[in-house]
Amino acid sequence: MTNSNHLIEVTDLHKSFGELKVLKGVSEHISKGEVVSIIGPSGGGKSTFLRCLNLLEVPDSGKILFEGEDITAKGVNIDLHRQKMGMVFQHFNVFPHMTVGENVTMAPVLLGKKKQNEAVEMAKALLNRVGLGEKYDEYPQRLSGGQKQRLAIVRALAMEPDVMLFDEPTSALDPEMVGEVLNVIKSLVKDGMTTVIVTHEMGFAREISDRVFFMDGGILAEKGTPDEIFSHPQNPRTQEFLSKVLY
Amino acid sequence: MDIINNIVRILGKYWNLFLIGTGNTLLLSAITVAFGVLIGSLLAVMRISKLKVGNCRPLNLLATIYVELIRGTPLLLQLYFFYFLLPMLIPALSINKNFSIILALCLNSGAYVAEIIRAGISAVDKGQTEAARSLGLNGRQTMMKVIFPQAIKNILPALCNEFVSVIKETSLASTFFVGDLMTQYKTINGATYLSIEPLIVVGIIYFVLTFSLSKVIAVLERRLKTSD
Repeated sequence: MTNSNHLIEVTDLHKSFGELKVLKGVSEHISKGEVVSIIGPSGGGKSTFLRCLNLLEVPDSGKILFEGEDITAKGVNIDLHRQKMGMVFQHFNVFPHMTVGENVTMAPVLLGKKKQNEAVEMAKALLNRVGLGEKYDEYPQRLSGGQKQRLAIVRALAMEPDVMLFDEPTSALDPEMVGEVLNVIKSLVKDGMTTVIVTHEMGFAREISDRVFFMDGGILAEKGTPDEIFSHPQNPRTQEFLSKVLY
Repeated sequence: MDIINNIVRILGKYWNLFLIGTGNTLLLSAITVAFGVLIGSLLAVMRISKLKVGNCRPLNLLATIYVELIRGTPLLLQLYFFYFLLPMLIPALSINKNFSIILALCLNSGAYVAEIIRAGISAVDKGQTEAARSLGLNGRQTMMKVIFPQAIKNILPALCNEFVSVIKETSLASTFFVGDLMTQYKTINGATYLSIEPLIVVGIIYFVLTFSLSKVIAVLERRLKTSD
């Protein structure tokens, strides 16, 4: 029943906020090494779906298998699974009371994944890779939005996750900083990182994705390769959405 | 200029009472805030605890009732209440009435401190918790490493302000002649039949205490901001 190549398997996910039904039965799977973009209008359930994958939102019903284990089951230690699922937020959420270096090393050291000196070494290497090597001892307050988001990505990578979840990572950025963040994500994808990204950057989604999901009204209204979705959308709602955002 | 002459006169004669009263007021306030912080921390932990029995969170409920009761009734009433209640419950305490009063002050301050701590914690952006939890930190680690170090910057200045309030509120305890600054006013008033003059002296002392403390707090607040 479970495909060993499926990193994440979602079955019939439902989620409501009060009266509002945000997810109305979503079933999908993410394979190892796959890059999936989720697009669609605001309020369509994209972010909620993504946030359910690491249980930041607890679904009302449905099942989520991560690496073969049902993480929605009772008695599961979700903290252990979250260590393997990196998440990057729209508003960065870097820790303002820690230096750039501490932001990166805190979790791996605290959770016993790395010794302090190993963590520092890794943090410096990762920060160098995204062009923040010079900022190791600075506080995030002195970073630009794009730098903060690159730091947030590195912070998640420091836990050596098996999948990276991006929740509109460039939506809160000034336009001139979008490129630097997308480039970092692109280089992760090139290294084979399994990636799920909720985004409004259609060009980017088309370029990096193996598959694209179009979410609207709480369901996966259409899914396919980037070419199928962007060049030959079948669902009228997909066509309407794309005609509004692509010009 | 009778008033000025009278002030000079009572200062000369009763300076030691003013001094003792000031010392007692400060001591009473310090004790109140110290135990207030202890009680308040406990209450704050109860209020954010997720312990559930059925659909009810008993610790949270208990702490909420306590905080609302204390904040919803006058301090003077609470002082009277403990003044009469405690010796009834524990007769040995009828020897030391001051204990009941100090206890009432501490219990009162605890409720306000609990609110200060809770507000300080909930002022930290929800995204910080989400970021920490998504890294795999558990609830306790998130609180200790991420939330509380940020909340303390909101809490500390507010706690100092609570100390300023308590300095003024302890004057109510003079109803029971606990020896604070206001008690000394009553003593001097009784001995000299002067009302305005000792009031002016006591008022100036209160003002100097609270005003200088507020200035210290302002500096502290600026320091905390720049350390971000």
